[in-house]
Amino acid sequence: MYHKEKSIQIKNSASALYNNLGVLRIAPRRLTYFTVVHANVVNMVSASWDGLNYSHRQLQSKEPNVATSTSLIMQAAFCALPSRDLLVVTSQKGIQIYESDGSIMVYWHALDTPETPTAQAVFARGISAVRENYICVGISSGAILVFDVPSKGSNITLSEVLEEHKESITDMAAECSGSQECIADLVSADDGGNLCVWKSGEEFQLLNNIPGFDMSCSSVKLWKGTVVAGYGTGQIRLYEAVTGILHAEVKAHARWIYSLDIAPFSGLLLSAAEDSLVRVWHLSMTPETNSVEVTALKTQYKTFLTVDSFPQVLLT
Amino acid sequence: MSVRTLPLVFINLGGEMLYILDQRLQAQNTSEDNSEKGVWSENDRRRVMNDIVGTMFNKAFMDELLKPQQLYSHRTLKTVLTRIAHASIMRLNPASMDRLYELMVMAFKYQVFLCPRPKDLLLISYNHIDTIREFVKDTPVVVNQVDETHRKIIEVYSSLSEGEFQLLRQTLLIFFQDMHVRVSLFLKIQVQNPNGRFALSTSGPVPHGTEVPGLIRTFDSKGREVRRSEFPTGGSYSSPIREGCFELHGDRIIRLGLNMYVLTSVCSRLTFLSTSVTLQTDDTPNLLAKEELNLLARLMGSMKAENKPKAETGFRINLFTTDEEEEEAGASCGAEESLFGVINIQAMQDEQAATELARIAGQFAEQQEQPENPSGNKGDDLLAMMDDL
Repeated sequence: MYHKEKSIQIKNSASALYNNLGVLRIAPRRLTYFTVVHANVVNMVSASWDGLNYSHRQLQSKEPNVATSTSLIMQAAFCALPSRDLLVVTSQKGIQIYESDGSIMVYWHALDTPETPTAQAVFARGISAVRENYICVGISSGAILVFDVPSKGSNITLSEVLEEHKESITDMAAECSGSQECIADLVSADDGGNLCVWKSGEEFQLLNNIPGFDMSCSSVKLWKGTVVAGYGTGQIRLYEAVTGILHAEVKAHARWIYSLDIAPFSGLLLSAAEDSLVRVWHLSMTPETNSVEVTALKTQYKTFLTVDSFPQVLLT
Repeated sequence: MSVRTLPLVFINLGGEMLYILDQRLQAQNTSEDNSEKGVWSENDRRRVMNDIVGTMFNKAFMDELLKPQQLYSHRTLKTVLTRIAHASIMRLNPASMDRLYELMVMAFKYQVFLCPRPKDLLLISYNHIDTIREFVKDTPVVVNQVDETHRKIIEVYSSLSEGEFQLLRQTLLIFFQDMHVRVSLFLKIQVQNPNGRFALSTSGPVPHGTEVPGLIRTFDSKGREVRRSEFPTGGSYSSPIREGCFELHGDRIIRLGLNMYVLTSVCSRLTFLSTSVTLQTDDTPNLLAKEELNLLARLMGSMKAENKPKAETGFRINLFTTDEEEEEAGASCGAEESLFGVINIQAMQDEQAATELARIAGQFAEQQEQPENPSGNKGDDLLAMMDDL
C-alpha cells in the first residue's frame, strides 16, 4: 500500500490541463523534482526526501524569435532516459527541452503555425521517453514527433514523424514495468479515444490501432503489455496492447478523468478526475489466462478540488 | 489553445451583464415612493436593453468574433464590454466597470466550472441567448439579430467534438484561473468558499453519456463478460437526466446560464460591516442586487453636474446607498425597501435635460482614454469597428 506524504505548496495553482504533474526522483541526491503548469509558466519544486528542504523556481515559456511570449504551456514532463534526465515543455508554439533542473534549454522545435489561424488549434501535447534514446511528443494534428537524444549535448534530432492518429494527441506513455520482454514500447491516445501501440526503433512500427468510441482518452499508461486508458466519460479501460482485447472496463468516475498513474512494481493504479476524487485500484496479472484483474481499494481521497487545482497523481 | 472561445465568451459575459443591468432597471419600477424625481419607465428600460443587445449581436461584430483567433486579454475584453454597455444611455466609470466585470466573470467562471460535459457550454450559452431574446422580444429587428447570431453559433459549434469543447473549456478555465472574487450570492448558497474557490458536489445526476460509477466488468479473450464487481462510489450519484436541446428553441434542461438574479427567491441581509444575517422570504431582488450592486453604486461616479438648478436637468445614475437614504426610503415605502436602500436612477425627461445629456456625452467622448493594447492587434480592429456602430 502507500501513504500520503507531507503536502508541498506550489507557488500558484495548477492549470486545467491533462496530466499536469511531472515528477522526477533523483536517488543519488535524495531529491524529487515536481513540475506543475500554470498558464504560461512551469512551477518547479525540488523537495528533499527528508521533507526538510524545498526550493522553488519558475520556468517561463521562452520561445526564441518570439518577442512577447504569450504562449500557453500545454504540458511539462520529465523524460528519464538511461543516460540523462530531461524536462520537456510543450506549448502552442513548440517544444522545448531543458536539463532536468530547468536551468538550460537544450533544444527547441517550432511548430508550423499558419499566418492566419485556422479552425483547428495548434499545440503540442503528450510527452514520453521511450527505451534508451527516444523522446516522443504529440501534436494537435495527430502526428507524433520522435526525437533522437544523444547521451549528452544538445544534438537532438527529429528522427521520425508518425502519422497515424487523425485527432489531437492527448497523452502518451512508455512501458513502465521495466520488463524487457514486452513487445510494445509506447502507446499514444487521442481526442477520439483511439489508441495506437508502437514498437520503437530507427523506424517506429505500429503494432496495433485500438479504435475509440468517440470519447476523448485523456490519460494513458502502459504496464506489462496492458494499456490502461482513462476517458472523458469517467471510464477506465484495460486493453491488451498488442491484440487490442478488452480485459476490463471500470465505471470509475462521475466526471472527466484528468490523470492516471501506475506504481509499476506493486500494480497500484491511481486515477484522478474532475469529480474531485482520487481513486486507488489494484491491477493483477494472471499470466496463465493472460488476463488482468482490477480491484477497487477501499481508500479513496477526496481532494480539495477547485477549478484552479486539478488533481494530479504521483505514485512512488 | 482553443481558437473558438470568443463568441461564447461575449455571449455569456454579455448575458451576465444584461442580467445585472436588467435587475437594476427593474428595481426602479417597484419603488413606490414619490420622492424620486425620475424613474426608468418601461420604454426607457426597453430602449437600454435594445441598444445594448443590438450592439452586442451586431452582424459585423459577431462575424469578427467568429473568426478563429486566440482569446483576448482581460483588459481588451473589459474595454470591448465597456463599449457595449455604453451603447446605451447609461454610463459607468472605470471603477464600477471593473466591479461589474468581476461579477460577470465570476458568474461565467462558475458556469464553466460546473458545466457537466464540455459540450454543455453550448447549452449554457443558449440559456443566455434565450433570456436575452426575452428582454428584447418587443423589438423584432433586434430579435432577428439575436436569431441570426444563434443560427451562426449552432452552425459553427455543432460539429465540434467533445475533445475540442474540453480544450475550449480548459482555455476558459485557464483564463479565469487567478480570479477569486467573492460573490455574496455564491457564498450564501455555498457554492463558493470564503477563500473564493468554488465547491464541487459529489452527488446528483452524472452528465449525459457518463454512467454512475461503481462497477468493474471483466472480460475474457473472446470478449464475453466473465465477472462483475461493485465498489462504493464515495458520492451519491444518480442516472443522467435527458439531454438538453441544441436547436434554436427548446428546453435546455441545464439551469446554468439562466438569470439567477430572478431565480433566487430567498434574500438575506449581509452588510460589509457586520455579519448579522436576516432572512426574509419574499420576491424582492436577491442579495446580489443588494450587496454587490450597492458596492457598485458606491464606486460608480454620479453623473450629476455640480451646479444644477433642478435635479431633472442632469442625466444622473446614482446607486448610492447611505444610511440617510435608507431612512428616507424606509419612511416612504414598505419594509422591503428599507433593506435595500434607495436606488435612484434618473432619466432625462425634458428638452433641457436632452441638451445637457449631449453636452455630458460630449465630455465623456473626450475624457475616455484610448485603451492600450499591449497584446498587439488583438481587439484593435474590433474596437475600431465598434466605434462605427
